[in-house]
Amino acid sequence: MTPLLQVKGLTKRYGARIGCADVSFDLYPGEVMGIVGESGSGKSTLLNCLAGHLEADSGAVMFDTRAEGLRDVRAMSEPERRMLARTDWAFVHQNPRDGLRMGVSAGGNVGERLMAVGARHYGDIRAQAQDWLGRVEIAADRIDDRPTAFSGGMQQRLQIARNLVTGPRLVFMDEPTGGLDVSVQARLLDLLRGLVREMGLSAVIVTHDLAVVRLLAHRLMVMKSGHVVEAGLTDQVLDDPQHGYTQLLVSSVLQA
Amino acid sequence: MAMIEISNLSKNFVLHNQGGTVIPVMRDAALSVAPGECVGLIGASGAGKSTLMRMVYGNYLADRGVIRVGDVDVAQAAPREVLALRRATLGYVSQFLRVVPRVPTLDVVAEPLLALGVTREDALGRARDLLGRLNIPERLWPLSPTTFSGGEQQRVNIARGFAHGYPALLLDEPTASLDAANREVVLTLIEEAKARGAAILGIFHDEAARDRVCTRVVDVTRFTPGLAA
Repeated sequence: MTPLLQVKGLTKRYGARIGCADVSFDLYPGEVMGIVGESGSGKSTLLNCLAGHLEADSGAVMFDTRAEGLRDVRAMSEPERRMLARTDWAFVHQNPRDGLRMGVSAGGNVGERLMAVGARHYGDIRAQAQDWLGRVEIAADRIDDRPTAFSGGMQQRLQIARNLVTGPRLVFMDEPTGGLDVSVQARLLDLLRGLVREMGLSAVIVTHDLAVVRLLAHRLMVMKSGHVVEAGLTDQVLDDPQHGYTQLLVSSVLQA
Repeated sequence: MAMIEISNLSKNFVLHNQGGTVIPVMRDAALSVAPGECVGLIGASGAGKSTLMRMVYGNYLADRGVIRVGDVDVAQAAPREVLALRRATLGYVSQFLRVVPRVPTLDVVAEPLLALGVTREDALGRARDLLGRLNIPERLWPLSPTTFSGGEQQRVNIARGFAHGYPALLLDEPTASLDAANREVVLTLIEEAKARGAAILGIFHDEAARDRVCTRVVDVTRFTPGLAA
């Protein structure tokens, strides 16, 4: 099987400081990769370099494109990269306000992404938007409301619907459950797991919540000071951590 | 040929934040489990029974040695090979149920089958059948098991572990905290798994249960560093 994403030696510096250094990994279809580490460890830098929101200094991000197989995303033209970001890729921001258009209705937020890939029939777009709102458990009668009228958890679910409606193959998520009530978080986790299973989705998820990665991620990378210090099966890294930093991270979690 | 074959297996725990203390936990462990066989691990608490089981599942890393399950060496395999092995070949009933909160019991039990691509209808049918056999009242099926009693959670865990007919199965105290009737159901499930050719490695503190289902036992004290004669 070809990896969906192949990352080689990805490095990003902020002047003399290291953002992330020499990160390499393969991600296969249907796999969810978690990235954990304390704030400032470079996990968000890495995610943004992968998704093309930040320009890395060196390394390669190879993506298995539908038309031409593995291609280095960093060597693509800007229009090609934008097309990828609209079709096969999706990015779920920690703050839904960064991923939604707050002045547009819920249905419009979902429909907009469909229109960006060429959908024109109003009835079809609205029907698909309605279907996705249902999948993320937003009541049908809220379709014409703006996200400003939604709770934080609803906004996050709307952001996920907006991102997944075009059937992407790879989703980047930055703390997708951060800032949510635990009950809302649980519902979101179940939703994401179902989507990964049913759509064969692959995802890279940045979080500092070890309980979230245990339930969501198949594999785990632990970052410290811009470097990946440990990687492996999620439950193995959490239950038998090999690196001193991971051991500290795991043993520092408060038991509820 | 054996389904599970372990040889020269060794492991230390290294505690980096406690002065780099090295704790040897396993030395040259070796055992094999053939299809249709149930091998019981015995030895005092702390001898390394659960550690050995976790190493077979790929939950703990091995420092040295071979853990062959089917045609995969878990000690050397890449994460995605271990994931594929766990999906189709190697099941594990641990002592604790770990699930996403708020997911209905029925879905928790059906999930391993859905992950294998079994249709929702068939997966849920199998889940209903197992939950029924394990005497989980039907009114609890739509509820999340997180609020269930210890014994109920253990039975949900067992139903989940037996939903798919894994060729290799690891059982950590499957009859602990069960009443006589449910214990009997679990022992029957184990006997059925053996009859269909599953290779089972188990820990049973319940001696009568062990005597009934285990083909033979292996004393892990032999592999405990500093304890072996």
